[in-house]
Amino acid sequence: MGLQIVVLAKQVPDTRNVGKDAMKADGTVNRAALPAIFNPEDLNALEQALRLKDKHEGSTVTILTMGPGRAAEIIRESLYRGADNGFLLTDRAFAGSDTLATSYAISCAIKNFPKVDLIICGRQAIDGDTAQVGPQVAQKLGLPQITYAEEILDLKKDVITVKRRLEKGVEVVEGKLPMVVTVNGSAPDCRPRNAKMVMKFKHAKTVSEKQEGNQDYTELFDTHPYLNITEWSVNDIKSDADWLGLKGSPTKVKTIESVVFQTKESKKLTADDFDIESLMRELIANHTIG
Amino acid sequence: MNNIAVYLEIEEGIVADVSLELLTKGRSLAHQLKCKLEAIAIGSGLNNIAPQVFPYGVDILFLVDDKRLYPYTSMPHTSVLVKLFSEEKPQIALMGATSIGRDLGPRVSSALFSGLTADCTSLEIGDYEEKKEGKVFKNLLYQIRPAFGGNIVATIVNPEHRPQMATVREGVMKKEVFDKNHKGEIKKLDVKNYVPDTDFVVKVIERHMEKSKVNIKGSPIVISGGYGMGSRENFDLLFNFASVIGAEVGASRAAVDAGFADHERQIGQTGVTVRPKLYIACGISGQIQHIAGMQESSMIIAINNDPLAPINAIADYVITGNVEEVIPKMIKYYKKNSK
Ligand SMILES: Cc1cc2nc3c(=O)[nH]c(=O)nc-3n(C[C@H](O)[C@H](O)[C@H](O)COP(=O)(O)OP(=O)(O)OC[C@H]3O[C@@H](n4cnc5c(N)ncnc54)[C@H](O)[C@@H]3O)c2cc1C
Ligand SMILES: Nc1ncnc2c1ncn2[C@@H]1O[C@H](COP(=O)(O)O)[C@@H](O)[C@H]1O
Repeated sequence: MGLQIVVLAKQVPDTRNVGKDAMKADGTVNRAALPAIFNPEDLNALEQALRLKDKHEGSTVTILTMGPGRAAEIIRESLYRGADNGFLLTDRAFAGSDTLATSYAISCAIKNFPKVDLIICGRQAIDGDTAQVGPQVAQKLGLPQITYAEEILDLKKDVITVKRRLEKGVEVVEGKLPMVVTVNGSAPDCRPRNAKMVMKFKHAKTVSEKQEGNQDYTELFDTHPYLNITEWSVNDIKSDADWLGLKGSPTKVKTIESVVFQTKESKKLTADDFDIESLMRELIANHTIG
Repeated sequence: MNNIAVYLEIEEGIVADVSLELLTKGRSLAHQLKCKLEAIAIGSGLNNIAPQVFPYGVDILFLVDDKRLYPYTSMPHTSVLVKLFSEEKPQIALMGATSIGRDLGPRVSSALFSGLTADCTSLEIGDYEEKKEGKVFKNLLYQIRPAFGGNIVATIVNPEHRPQMATVREGVMKKEVFDKNHKGEIKKLDVKNYVPDTDFVVKVIERHMEKSKVNIKGSPIVISGGYGMGSRENFDLLFNFASVIGAEVGASRAAVDAGFADHERQIGQTGVTVRPKLYIACGISGQIQHIAGMQESSMIIAINNDPLAPINAIADYVITGNVEEVIPKMIKYYKKNSK
């Protein structure tokens, strides 16, 4: 029997390469200046899912992402690497969601799937660095969780064995499916795109994307139904509006400031013997060292 | 009621530093808010917890003791906190931004529908005005944290939901004994009333925890190397210097990523925060994320061959030169002039 695996993946601004132009004069972030990428640890999560699929015949890997229309890019990226299908959860009603409202929407979407054995997500997303969505989705679905996974060691029947990488060591834990697993960046990298899959899925599109161009995709999608990336709006999930978006977000951003450091009046020295010796004498004399 | 609760992280009967740091912060917040400080210990064999935490000013210590509660697993610890918080209604709940706190916090916050802010670097009390509805909330917890890779600092509040939850990394807050004779009250809770048996679904079958070998946080002098050190071999210069003057060696992330130094030595936003008497930055450019972890050092010396390196702006002494040349001279002149 194959496994039904859902991978949660997010498109994020690349905060690792924030250049000077990424900050506006008023100290806010210029999102447009940051390239949107596949959240790095979600790729590690995808790889763990694909490895399970390789081992367990008949398994399906489904990508679920919540975000704006262009987040369909990471669904295609996943299809190129071996995922089977993808769902984009997108609606203005989700705007302003904090992690709690996000996990609520995602958990409602997951309930749309007839059967889910395993939900695999990244440990954390680099835009917020919160690592909250995985455990919150688990709680909302009433499922157990294994966080900080570095490797899924084994899965037999419904028992999963996972190696966790923690800041001070490693742990091997065992649990029963269904389960939520969050994967660390220390896990193996995701496999590259597969040329055949790129050919197969390069025209995969959401309904909105199909409408953007002036090309008629009707025939192509009728004969190749797997090219459809399903788009879900708030009407496609069973949810309570009070728990979504800004309303469903208990945390509010009070202020945002750009970071300024106290600059100091510094003494300038050279690498000359005289300068260094005077400095060391001074540090010894005022008991800073020694 | 409406107190401040701190979740205690416990490894082999010892309360983690990060929890003691949070108790220190919690004590001062409790003082400001005129409420009590509560600590929650969940685990096995907890007889020795009280003497460890009472000196930090804990008023009430909750103990939930059961063999199955150690080592930590998510669901049982979540169940204890969710029920206890529903009963006690703390206004603020704090935990470490560790692999335990970041596993537990989100689950608890989801169950209680209370906001959670991860990795705070500062916690303050203040008011918040909800402009749209013209409502003013008094004495909220300002949860201050870097965002967008450290390029901005955001202040987050949870106006309407309790507890206001936050996690904080180890080393970010100071650990300080409040009163070594302080005694609080112990309340023992029966695990049966808090954790259903069905929670014990994840089993730890193997575990290797290492005690940290380095103690950069506690060292009065930190000599830190960056990418400009050029190699792991050159880092030996720093270890040599450190052994001569009695210091610990730290590193920037670029140096750690390049393999020049071990991860546990990383200083900065995603490493430890240090506030030594003296910080010597060697071949470190001084990016925001690094400065975030060392700016509170009493004195900073920057050694860099680029006279315009950003680190120079926050340094008390700027030595413009190559580390390979400067550090041996520092060692030499220290030896010559000491004693
Ligand atoms: C989300 C996020 C979190 C981060 N967290 C951290 C963190 O916790 N800690 C951290 O440190 N960084 C962190 N970073 C990375 C940070 O942005 C910088 O990339 C890093 O601090 C740079 O390290 P560096 O100064 O050693 O290297 P570089 O920026 O490459 O600087 C090297 C310096 O060495 C000088 N130099 C070169 N050769 C010599 C020589 N022979 N003698 C003297 N000087 C020389 C150069 O002039 C230069 O100034 C984080 C980044 C992100 C996005
Ligand atoms: N909008 C989203 N869509 C899909 N998955 C998400 C989303 N936000 C977070 N996740 C998942 O939850 C993990 C943790 O995210 P975060 O709590 O934001 O750090 C990510 O690595 C993703 O796997």
